[in-house]
Amino acid sequence: MNDTAFVQLLDIAAGLVLVTSFAALWLRRLVAVARVIAVQGVALAAVAFVIGLYEHENELVAVSLMVGALRGVVLPGLILRAVRAGDERREVESLINVPAALLAASGLTLIAYAATRDVVALSSTPQVRALPLGVAVMLIGMLLIVTRRKAVLQIMGVLMLDNGIALVMFLGTSGVPLAVELGIASDVLLAMFILQVLTSRIRNKFGGTDLDQLRELRD
Amino acid sequence: MSDLIVVLPLVPALTAAVIATGGWRKATMWLPTVSCLTVGGIGITLAVRVLQSGPITAFSGQFRVDALGALMIILIGAVGTIANTYSVAYLRTELATAATTPHRARLFGVLMQLTIAAMCVVVTADNLGVLWVAIETTTIATVLLVGHRRDRASVEASWKYLVLGSVGVATALMGTVLVYFVSRQSGGDPSTALNWSSLVERAPHLDPGALRVAMGFVIVGYGTKAGLAPLHSWLPDAYSQAPAPAAALMAGALSTMSMYALLRFKVIADIALGASYVRTLLLAAALLSLVTAASLMVTQRDYKRLLAYSSVEHMGLIALAAAIGSPLAMTAALLHMIGNGLAKSVAFSATGEMLFATGTTRIDGVRGLLHQRPFIATTLGLSLLALLGLPPFSILASELAIVRAGIADGLAWAIAIALVVMLAIFTAVLVHALNMLAGSPGGATVPSESTAHVTSLTVRVTLVSGLLVAAAIGITIWPISQLLHTAAEVLAR
Repeated sequence: MNDTAFVQLLDIAAGLVLVTSFAALWLRRLVAVARVIAVQGVALAAVAFVIGLYEHENELVAVSLMVGALRGVVLPGLILRAVRAGDERREVESLINVPAALLAASGLTLIAYAATRDVVALSSTPQVRALPLGVAVMLIGMLLIVTRRKAVLQIMGVLMLDNGIALVMFLGTSGVPLAVELGIASDVLLAMFILQVLTSRIRNKFGGTDLDQLRELRD
Repeated sequence: MSDLIVVLPLVPALTAAVIATGGWRKATMWLPTVSCLTVGGIGITLAVRVLQSGPITAFSGQFRVDALGALMIILIGAVGTIANTYSVAYLRTELATAATTPHRARLFGVLMQLTIAAMCVVVTADNLGVLWVAIETTTIATVLLVGHRRDRASVEASWKYLVLGSVGVATALMGTVLVYFVSRQSGGDPSTALNWSSLVERAPHLDPGALRVAMGFVIVGYGTKAGLAPLHSWLPDAYSQAPAPAAALMAGALSTMSMYALLRFKVIADIALGASYVRTLLLAAALLSLVTAASLMVTQRDYKRLLAYSSVEHMGLIALAAAIGSPLAMTAALLHMIGNGLAKSVAFSATGEMLFATGTTRIDGVRGLLHQRPFIATTLGLSLLALLGLPPFSILASELAIVRAGIADGLAWAIAIALVVMLAIFTAVLVHALNMLAGSPGGATVPSESTAHVTSLTVRVTLVSGLLVAAAIGITIWPISQLLHTAAEVLAR
């Protein structure tokens, strides 16, 4: 792979991770949001795959396949199951409307670039130049969690947030040591699984997964 | 000696496996207590060795125990013993009243031990990535503990805890990843670039600008998990809905683990960035936590939430001590962790018995407890006095040390704010406690079937021992003074 091709592929894949996070704010049907999150997971894996090929790091190529399977297939699959189990595929109002959400996400992207200026300045590789995208995706994940009142959407927000961190991990350092990577992956998997278990408990106890019903506990 | 570091998390992990296969029955229900006593014993052994011949490493340097780590292992062992001994009595009562099933009791026992195993990894990991994985594991295990009762309130609490906890811990991961990036950019070897001891060595060469961003994420992330304001809102829900033994473990040891992680990162930041950056962040979080805790304790109507906010207060005090950062202040912070761990785990265990005896967690639902349940009332009263910082308990000593260190360090204004707030908390807790303990039962009628509930002798012995240890450390710090000072040297500027 030559340098130009590498930079182009990397930018497309990393850019796609950000674009999908905007799309998740924009789409209104839960199934569509879950699919977009799956695409994000695949794009994230593609970032790791491209870097692995370019730097001839077989370990990273292997990790990228694992990431693709986990974040592109398994976790979105879990979420889709939760969506289908709930029979509430039609969305759902958000605390803010779509234009406001997209505007906020653009603002968060700018903040991500501003906040990581000193980090990006440390290196001039194309990977590190794209690193603020990961921070932006993380912040947009938080925005999704804060503004949406459906349990499944908060799960997707948590997953998006983790995708953002993983993007920073691959762009910044070609991944953390493998043992840590495996630990992180299994923790994310477990957390997602338990979130799904809790979603079904919420549905059993409250008759739906609208989080506005969760208001028994307060001071 | 490094074998002990390997054995340490295996003890609770194997106990969890035995309970998972054997179920929660007579033959297995005391194993968790034995496991925690073993953890404490290993902690003491490691402490003695570390004081004689310095830090011990294992797994080619990925794990490392210094005086601070050994002190934390002892704390985990002590709090774990209290919480797990009480679980036996707690689950027995729940099973007898059909409030839980044997299946859920088994899950409860397994999760308590897994949490302890993960905490053992937290305090022995030198690799900060491994430390993060262990902290996230504790979150996942305790979410299911909070949801143990499976009613609406506990489902709500566990949801909020997992979502906000995940966001917090993920933020810490982002910070950890950025620290790794900065460390690699300054020429760190991939296998040690995320190791705490290597980062401390190379801290002067790390890029300050980038490290500042990374540390911001770390402090917000682990601060959320420790229960510092403004991101503490999960805590009162989780602690009040968790079964009493789980709340004892979470409030006594688990929140301290995130604080421990934060303090490890602070050492690196203080060398690389100078003291003022972390100090400013911690000071803001500390004062905000104290004020938030006080304002919600004054008007509190639920005694478990009252204790939960007391946790926010004490985490705030530890953060205040850390912000001061002098050797005296760090010694005080560590002593405060121990005092809070012992008193809080005893207090939460007492609330479990109160709930069984009165059937309510409302403060105005409990009257004349001293008359009806003298033992539980006395235990709760004494642990509250300990938490308020009255003699002879050790929190008085650590609070006085924080005040002295703060004034010596030019932070008298912050100390003044803290003292005013603590006076408000003192009054509030005293009034709430008197309302519950004193007087005659009067209007609050006790359900007749639960009057049969008696606190078992083992529980009595354990709770009294917890208070006695807290008092003994308050009277003479001698048994742990060398360990405490060596541990504080690790953290002090």
